[in-house]
Amino acid sequence: MINKTAIYVLWLREVKRFLRAKSRVIGALAMPLFFLAFLGLGFRKMSIPGMSGEVDYIRFLVPGIIGMSILFSSTFGGLSVLWDREFGFLKEIMVAPVTRVSIVLGRILGGATTALIQAILILGISFLFGFKIVSISSLLLALAFMTLIAITFLGLGLIFASKMRDMQGFSIVMNFVIFPLFFLSGALYPLDNFPVWLRYISKIDPLTYGVDGLRAVLIGVSSFSTLYNFVLLAVFSSVMIVLGAYFFEKSESV
Amino acid sequence: MREHAIKVDKLTRKFNGLVAVDQISFSVKTGELFGLLGPNGAGKTTTINMLSTLLKATSGYGEVAGYDISKNKDDTRRSIGVVFQETALDIKLTGKENLEFHAMMYGIKKAERKKRIKEVLELVELTEKKRVLVENYSGGMKRRLEIARGLIHWPKVLFLDEPTLGLDVQTRRHIWDYIKKLNKEGGVTIILTTHYMEEADFLCDRVAIMDQGKFVAMDTPVRLKDILGGDVVSMEIEGEADLLIDQINSLDWIKNMARHDETLSLTMEKGERRIPELIHIARENGVNVTCVHLRKPSLEDVFLHFTGRTMRVEEASQTERNLAMIRARMGRKR
Repeated sequence: MINKTAIYVLWLREVKRFLRAKSRVIGALAMPLFFLAFLGLGFRKMSIPGMSGEVDYIRFLVPGIIGMSILFSSTFGGLSVLWDREFGFLKEIMVAPVTRVSIVLGRILGGATTALIQAILILGISFLFGFKIVSISSLLLALAFMTLIAITFLGLGLIFASKMRDMQGFSIVMNFVIFPLFFLSGALYPLDNFPVWLRYISKIDPLTYGVDGLRAVLIGVSSFSTLYNFVLLAVFSSVMIVLGAYFFEKSESV
Repeated sequence: MREHAIKVDKLTRKFNGLVAVDQISFSVKTGELFGLLGPNGAGKTTTINMLSTLLKATSGYGEVAGYDISKNKDDTRRSIGVVFQETALDIKLTGKENLEFHAMMYGIKKAERKKRIKEVLELVELTEKKRVLVENYSGGMKRRLEIARGLIHWPKVLFLDEPTLGLDVQTRRHIWDYIKKLNKEGGVTIILTTHYMEEADFLCDRVAIMDQGKFVAMDTPVRLKDILGGDVVSMEIEGEADLLIDQINSLDWIKNMARHDETLSLTMEKGERRIPELIHIARENGVNVTCVHLRKPSLEDVFLHFTGRTMRVEEASQTERNLAMIRARMGRKR
């Protein structure tokens, strides 16, 4: 059922490609860092309603930006199946005698690894902006949350990839899926300020629990408990990975 | 050893009601080099995609190396190598890394892998370029790398979809030599598609001519050409030709004659040996021959014979059909 070598080599390919594409790494880091720098500095002195007084905006913002970075890179990672289709390499993968589940797992592992590398880089740089975490052990918990966020949105990307023939629908996914998910998650502001109906919509956005969970473990301030966030996110990621694998398997590769 | 490497019975593929491959049946013997020849859009690639498990057949049965292509996909996949029409390499990896990726996907163990990659790189003469990123390869190098890759896991059957498309004449010759060598020395059963007549003619033991999803003829290139009755000698003539034509018609080795204005087209065997005689007869009848042209029949003529159209004309009309097919496929995905 599972071909370990195949999963490993698919993972290895993603990581190699990522490390070789210096411009891709820089490009992927630029936007979250700009958000962090300009929003962080711009709102530095502001007191934001709905946020407990003792938290600086920059401390509030960093987990949100990490969540954002993983959201973007993972969804793209799932959609990268379309690039492989465009460049023909998907056929080479699909004609190999390995189970389709292994192919999905390899892709998800590879995508999650590159998303996590970016997230960790952002976390590292955020210390330069004066970001502080509650304890060293919280880093491990944060990694767990980051992984779950990555898996969730890789699954989402795979679902979209299997429903699209080429990259033409890309901007639609970007504008009508990724950005709303980002804004609904409370990455930039506390969700308590939302009107009630919008808060309900936020609750079906997996990133809400990802960002809140990261806040809980990194800065110790959150709307929900760590466990609550973790369980919900684990459910979301399992559902997405299964759906992503299902749709990937059903779609024809040529 | 199994007698047939491939057996296909009434294999059909439809895209939203448009029939791309229409109930084709054929079998390929183990060790044979079999060609699918036809214009773009005839259904060759769809056939290959079905046999290599990338596309599901709408109906019909296919068997590759003894495995049912729809029920036994993993065993089918293990038994075949495929070189796709469009490049299917990861251009951000080196040549060697592409081969390693493939070998690992096919579960070849490390020691064996190293040895085998070295072997196939030598076979296609890319050993010196193995550490270069594929994006810096030329078209011919990419093709060679793909052929090498298709061979790593010792496939019983190798599919080559338009293996020389877009390559220059010299590189094409080179690739042809590899293909011949693989088949004759390596004993690999090869199925190739092409829309180059001379390629099918030069390489294939047997050729199926495909048009609009169906086989219109299937035989050895020699026998297919024999159907046309031999060489065509065209003569441009000056003067009163009626007497000459009568006399030519009475010759028993002339199989066919047609006249267009000042040109006579004569079908016969061993045309080159008959030309002096024809000129002699013309002189005797007071007709001056100003130009002689000898044409050996190509598979192009065979295609014309069976479909009533030339491949070029066919490709123009196929464009409409292809567009409709693409629209149907896009619609299927939305």
